[in-house]
Amino acid sequence: MSKSISNLKFKQGVKDGLPIGLGYLSVSVAFGVKASLLQIPIWITVLISMTNLTSAGQLSGIEIIAGAGTIIEIILTQLVINSRYFLMSLTLTQKIDSTFNVKSKLLCSTFITDEIYAVASSRPQKINPKYVYGLALLPYIGWSVGTLIGATLGNFMPTFITSALGIALYAMFIAIVIPPAKKERGILFAVILSTLFSCGFYYIPYLNQISAGFATIICAVLTALIVAYFFPIKEENDNE
Amino acid sequence: MSEMQMLLMVITMALVTYIVRMIPLTFFKRKIKSRYIKSVLYYIPYAVLSAMTFPAIFYSTGNLYTALIGTAVALILAFFKRSLLTVAIFSCLAVLIFGFII
Repeated sequence: MSKSISNLKFKQGVKDGLPIGLGYLSVSVAFGVKASLLQIPIWITVLISMTNLTSAGQLSGIEIIAGAGTIIEIILTQLVINSRYFLMSLTLTQKIDSTFNVKSKLLCSTFITDEIYAVASSRPQKINPKYVYGLALLPYIGWSVGTLIGATLGNFMPTFITSALGIALYAMFIAIVIPPAKKERGILFAVILSTLFSCGFYYIPYLNQISAGFATIICAVLTALIVAYFFPIKEENDNE
Repeated sequence: MSEMQMLLMVITMALVTYIVRMIPLTFFKRKIKSRYIKSVLYYIPYAVLSAMTFPAIFYSTGNLYTALIGTAVALILAFFKRSLLTVAIFSCLAVLIFGFII
């Protein structure tokens, strides 16, 4: 086992987490509004955000709850939509330093979201628990507080505001993906290929019957398998 | 659905989501040696985010035209390496303003 210890600080994590936190604040307002329109009690909506911390999963969750769906339905959709976290979590096992123990792994697992993961994995060095807690702090607060605001004000908020908020999350994804794609051909190729696959799953008859969460996994894995073949990463000299 | 039933649903959701995140990080301890597997894992996040963004972003505002403007603004600002927050805010503003014009 490597004995590498990361020197990243809690404070650096908080700093890196600020834009995510503010992004989450606006996106979770949109989530709260949506839940209030579906007549879900405010405390339930806030509890969902505080215990799930996942946009797509929560959205489908409240739709199932509002539609009086079953537990089985909830389990299956969450498994499919959130299975990307399984991949991200697996990737992170190669990124964490030796100061991680079981307790910090159990706690840090809670905070694996698309954005937190993207920022943590784009760090050049290994990450330690302190950094992850710092990184997750503001996103967690932003996500919970935003949900509370949205759920409380939902019925009073005009549509032009809620629909403008709808694009926030996706804009943030673009902001994560584009800069590294400019720098590395492999990433650029991955972005383009995955986008094409994803559009295929959206527009092509029969393929568009596949649920969004499942389609995302197929697109991502297929893309990564192909791009990794043509653009293998440089082997770094691990100090082990 | 009663609030108790909703609570049960929420707890189930949270557990499933947590288990999916927790299992690899907690139980997978090996260092991956294969250069190919490492490369696959390296590209996964970019592929995931791209697939989640397109084409869903075009339908994120309830109006294709405002969404296209918002997407263009996000792409341009991201190209010039603006922060996540700046990109998100200006994209929302573009949708908001353009929504009033059309």
